[in-house]
Amino acid sequence: MARLAGRRALFAVPVVLVVTFGVFAIAAASPFDPVKGYAGTAALGADQETLDRLRDNLGADQSFVVRWWHWLTSALTGDLGHSTVLRQPVTQVIGERLVWSALLCAVAFAVAVTLGTLLGVSAARRPGSTLDRAVTSLAYTLEAAPVFWIALLAVWLFALQWDVLPAGGLTDTASARVTPGQVAGHLVLPAGVLAVSQLPWFTLYVRQGVADALAEDPVRGARARGVRERTVLVQHALRSGLLPVLTLIGSRVPELITGALLVESVFSWPGIAAATVEAATAVDFPLLAALTTLATAAVLAGNLLADLLYGLFDPRVKLSEM
Amino acid sequence: MADLAAGRTGTVWRSRGGEGRSTRTLRLRTSAVLLTATVLAVLLVPPLVRLDQQAVDLAAKLEAPGWDHPFGTDDVGRDLLLRCVYGLRVSLLVGVAAALTATVVGTAVGATAGALGGWVDRGVMRVVDALSSVPHLLMGVFIVAMFRPGVWPVVASVALTHWLSTARIVRAEVLSLRARPHIDAAVSGGASRWRVTVRHLLPGVLPQAATAAVLMVPHAMWHESALSFLGLGLPTHTASLGNLIQEARGSLLAGQWWPTLFPGLFIIVPTLAVAGLAGAWRERINPRRRSELML
Repeated sequence: MARLAGRRALFAVPVVLVVTFGVFAIAAASPFDPVKGYAGTAALGADQETLDRLRDNLGADQSFVVRWWHWLTSALTGDLGHSTVLRQPVTQVIGERLVWSALLCAVAFAVAVTLGTLLGVSAARRPGSTLDRAVTSLAYTLEAAPVFWIALLAVWLFALQWDVLPAGGLTDTASARVTPGQVAGHLVLPAGVLAVSQLPWFTLYVRQGVADALAEDPVRGARARGVRERTVLVQHALRSGLLPVLTLIGSRVPELITGALLVESVFSWPGIAAATVEAATAVDFPLLAALTTLATAAVLAGNLLADLLYGLFDPRVKLSEM
Repeated sequence: MADLAAGRTGTVWRSRGGEGRSTRTLRLRTSAVLLTATVLAVLLVPPLVRLDQQAVDLAAKLEAPGWDHPFGTDDVGRDLLLRCVYGLRVSLLVGVAAALTATVVGTAVGATAGALGGWVDRGVMRVVDALSSVPHLLMGVFIVAMFRPGVWPVVASVALTHWLSTARIVRAEVLSLRARPHIDAAVSGGASRWRVTVRHLLPGVLPQAATAAVLMVPHAMWHESALSFLGLGLPTHTASLGNLIQEARGSLLAGQWWPTLFPGLFIIVPTLAVAGLAGAWRERINPRRRSELML
C-alpha cells in the first residue's frame, strides 16, 4: 500500500507541473496587467518610474516560463507569494480557511453517504415501486438543479420563512468569538445543501448496485435457504452492491469542490472556496494559482483514496499489482 | 450534475426490469415535448412577441405570480416569464457555442492522438489526464477571472474545461476504428495518413462526437449560470439564467421567492429533457447495455 501511495505521489509531480504551467500560460495570455492589479487604485496616480520599478520588482517583464519556474521553486520552500486582495501571504490565507472548508465538506459528505445508502437501498428493494420511482425522480431532479439555486431556496425557507436556522456566516454577527455551538448551528444549512447536491449521485449508484446484487445467484440462494429478508438485504446485497460505490467516493472530490465553491459563496462561509471567488473577482493571481494547485492536489489525493479503498474492500484486487 | 450531463448516469435511469415499455415511451415523449417546447420558446418568442424584456414598470414591482405576470415581476417590475425566456436564450446560446467549441477542439486533439499513435498519443493523453485533475468550475473561474468580462471569455472557459472528455471518447473510437479492415484497405491502397484520418476515421467518429456534444449543452449551460451567479460570467445587460438568479438575491432576502425559483426551473427542465432523450437514444443503439451501469 505504501508503494502504491509512493508511486501515485510520483505520478502527481508531472500533473502538478502541467497544471501550474497551464495556469501561468493562461495568465501570460491574459490582457490583465499584474502591476496595475498589485498597485490597485494607487496605480492611477503613480508616475511611470514608480510603475516601472514595481514591474521590475514583480518580475512582470520576464517570460511566463521564468516566472513559473520562480514560483515553483519558492513554493517548494513554502512561499506561495502574496495575496493582493487580502494583503496577506497566500499560505496564511489558505491556512486560516482550509479548516472551515474541510469541516463543511466532511460533514456534507458523511450526510450524503449515509442518506444516500438509506434511500438507495430502500429504492432498490422493490424496483419499479412507487417508492423507487419517487426516489429516482427526486434524485434526477436534484441532480439537474443548480446547487446555488437549491442553496438560495433553502435560505428562503429555513432562514426567512421559518426562521429556524441562520442564513449565513460562521457565527452570529453580535458574537466576537467562535464557539462550537454557534458554528454547529451555522453549519447545518450549508452542509445540508452540499449534502443534497452530492446525494443524487450516491443514491442512484447504490440503488443500481443493490438492485443488481439482489438479482444475483447468492441472494437467490440465501432466500431459498430461508434467510431473513433483512439479512439478505444488508449482509448480501448491500455488501456487494456498495463495494463499487465506495471505491468511487474518492473520485467525487472535483464535484465536492465545485459544490463547496458555490455553497460557500451563497452562505458567506469563510472557507477556501469563497476565497477563490474573491480572488477571481479581484484578479488576485498568486492566490488563484495556489488555490488551483491545491484543488488539483486534493483531486489527486481523492484518486489515491479511491484506489486504496478498492484494494481494501475488494479481496480480488491486489494493491501490489496496481 | 456533471454525471448527469455527461450521460454517465444515463443507464441508471432505467430500473432493472421493474418498469414496462410504456413508462419508457412516456418518458421519451415527455423529454422530446419539453425539449421542443424549450427550443421553440427560445427561437420564436423574441421575434413573435414584441415585448421588451427590459420594460420597467415600477408600479408593478415584485408582484407575485398571477394572471398578468404568470411568473411574477422582479424588483423593477419587469415580467419574469419574459426575462426567463430571454435568459434561457442567452444561456442556451452560450451552452451551444461552448459545446461546439469543446467538441471541435476535443475531436481534433483526440483524432490526432489516436491517428498518430506512439509517443504523441501517450504525451497528449498524459496532458489530458493532468488537466482533468483540475475541478472544472475552478479552472473556469480562473480563466474568466483572467479574461473577463464578456460572452467570449465565458464560452472559452467552459469550452477549455470540457474538451477533455470528448478527446478521450474520440481517441478511443479512432483506436478501435484503426483496427478495422477498411482502414487497412485504404492504407494499402496508398492513402496518406492525412487522407485516412479525414476521409475514413473522422466520419466514423462523428456520431459519438455529436452525442457527446448534445450531452454537453446542458452541462455548459449549468457552468455558464454558475459563473454568472458568482458574478464572474456574463455582463448584466445580456442577462442569462445565472444572472437572473444572482440579481434575485436581494428580493429573496426580502422574502420574494419567485424571482429565484423560476430561472432555476428553466435550467432544470432542459437538462432533464436532454438526459431523458440521451438515455432513450443509448438504449436504442445498444439495448444490451440496458442494465449495465456506466462508470
